[in-house]
Amino acid sequence: MNHPLLSVKNLTIDYIGDRKDFRAVDDVSFDIAPGEVFGLAGESGCGKSTIAFAISRLHKPPALIRRQSKILLNGRDVLDLTPQALAAFRWREVAMVFQSAMNSLNPVSRIGDQFHDVLMSHTTMTKAQARERAAEMLRLVDISPDRLRDYPHQFSGGMRQRIVIAICMALDPKLVIMDEPTTALDVVVQREILQRINDLRRTFGFSVLFITHDLGLMVQFCDRIGIMLAGRLVEENAAEAIFQTPGHDYTKKLWSSFPSLHGGALL
Amino acid sequence: MSQAILTLDGVTKTFGHGPSTVHATRSVSFSLHAGRALALVGESGSGKTTCARMAMREYQPTAGQILYKGKSIAEAGSSDITDYRRAVQMIFQDPFASLNPAHTIAYHLTRPLKLHRPEIKGGAIRAAVGDLLRQVQLDPDIVLGKYPHELSGGQRQRVNIARALATRPEVIVADEPTSMLDVSVRLGILNLLNKMKQEMKLALLYITHDIATARYIAEDIAVMYAGQIVEWGPTGRVIENPIHPYTRLLLSAVPDPQIRFDDPRARLRSREVENVRRGSGVPESEALEYEAGHFARKLAMEPG
Ligand SMILES: Nc1ncnc2c1ncn2[C@@H]1O[C@H](COP(=O)(O)OP(=O)(O)OP(=O)(O)O)[C@@H](O)[C@H]1O
Ligand SMILES: Nc1ncnc2c1ncn2[C@@H]1O[C@H](COP(=O)(O)OP(=O)(O)OP(=O)(O)O)[C@@H](O)[C@H]1O
Ligand SMILES: [Mg+2]
Ligand SMILES: [Mg+2]
Repeated sequence: MNHPLLSVKNLTIDYIGDRKDFRAVDDVSFDIAPGEVFGLAGESGCGKSTIAFAISRLHKPPALIRRQSKILLNGRDVLDLTPQALAAFRWREVAMVFQSAMNSLNPVSRIGDQFHDVLMSHTTMTKAQARERAAEMLRLVDISPDRLRDYPHQFSGGMRQRIVIAICMALDPKLVIMDEPTTALDVVVQREILQRINDLRRTFGFSVLFITHDLGLMVQFCDRIGIMLAGRLVEENAAEAIFQTPGHDYTKKLWSSFPSLHGGALL
Repeated sequence: MSQAILTLDGVTKTFGHGPSTVHATRSVSFSLHAGRALALVGESGSGKTTCARMAMREYQPTAGQILYKGKSIAEAGSSDITDYRRAVQMIFQDPFASLNPAHTIAYHLTRPLKLHRPEIKGGAIRAAVGDLLRQVQLDPDIVLGKYPHELSGGQRQRVNIARALATRPEVIVADEPTSMLDVSVRLGILNLLNKMKQEMKLALLYITHDIATARYIAEDIAVMYAGQIVEWGPTGRVIENPIHPYTRLLLSAVPDPQIRFDDPRARLRSREVENVRRGSGVPESEALEYEAGHFARKLAMEPG
């Protein structure tokens, strides 16, 4: 890749224990190009979320990133950022959407105010500009700007998840990290949300790191996919190739454990 | 078909009152039969978990009744209720939250045995616990003394199933039992539920967003939208020949690695989706039988 947006190099992360350390991420390297959707798949506990948190600089002890590791965003090492630089980096450079993000909205604060908090603390926008930006973002995720005055409980789970995504996009981040963003939702809402993100990245050119258990969904959405097994990246390829010509035995095993909609019944 | 073990008969549940009333379910009816599974799928927030909670007697229906072997449980005496508690067991979505971190696996399985199987006494209890664990393919020597956090998600969900089986249930209600588990573990749990269903003649209510797995283990399927079951019938028929616009929309959105999002065929058109939602959200009491056992509600308003 000529000029990757994100370049993860030899990332190694341990969870420090009383008696023994646990290596959750073991010498992982991958690149994400500008505008690209890169997927990380693999079984529960293989280290996907640990990587996502490290890239967002949201990792906390006992997670310890080992010295040789590098996480370069536009060439700058995220791991070297000072606290001030970090404040500017979050939201503006990298934004993260969690699985339970729809529950992360403040229940006693209006949606408009929650946009406002993010916008005002990161930009020099006036109140009116912030309101206009919030309305624009809501329209992007198919929610009427009239609803900025509503509280989170007045929205369905799928709408709340879309609102979180809209807040994440409000500062035009270069990289959006989505860790199981739609697992709890029905497939119609899931498709609506991801399709919209796909359109938005085509328009605005941001990159996405997408994490899910659902390999079928991953192939639909991602340009390239990395397969992880016990902390290591064991295969990395174009999405079609991961589906049509999986190389690693573990990738083949993941596919064979997928029941298909039009496949046979077990009964 | 044999007599139903558990029936929801026109069950409506509302929460709140006045203008903020939520109609969680609207006149929902279905039956569970020995040795068969019914999959309940549909929109997020359409009332699936509310149905499960009513079947577990955690919520009282606002209208309609729940029948256990033909008798209304609202009129049941206390010994009937004890029997019902034994007979109807639930497996939850989160294998992490549903086990008590302070107790060993042995404790989790001994307790329901003592409560519901008084005929098993003394040393026989330990043997019964061992049998339960072997039934879910766990090695008693390894897991008996362990605490929940020392097991993986898949192992914990097996413990939950073993615990549900401890009471010799007739009905198992499983609310997204595999959605927190990864694919490699998921199939093992589904195979296990399927085996239990066949060998122990269990009736299974299987709630899921993963319609492919519904096809895998459930003979029948019911699709919910906005508190109503909009279509129901044999699983294969409903999937191959969906009638109701919401069922069609739902099936068209199932992830399919053959069609990428950039492919126009993958595109959900938001106008059409909104029309389907608007039409399907209107309560409609009339349903038609399109083929043997396959029913769909009419749309009060044709999407267009
Ligand atoms: N705070 C912690 N202390 C110790 N070990 C941890 C901690 N957090 C995670 N781990 C371990 O690190 C490994 C990687 O965890 P991680 O959450 O990154 O997995 P994941 O791939 O995101 O899994 P899932 O698909 O279940 O979300 C797991 O084995 C986990 O048990
Ligand atoms: N205890 C409650 N109080 C108020 N409203 C409730 C309560 N429980 C459920 N509801 C509402 O009832 C409706 C149905 O919820 P339910 O949890 O049954 O949906 P579901 O089909 O299980 O959704 P999901 O697929 O997201 O789990 C929702 O609008 C929900 O907000
Ligand atoms: Mg994770
Ligand atoms: Mg539910």
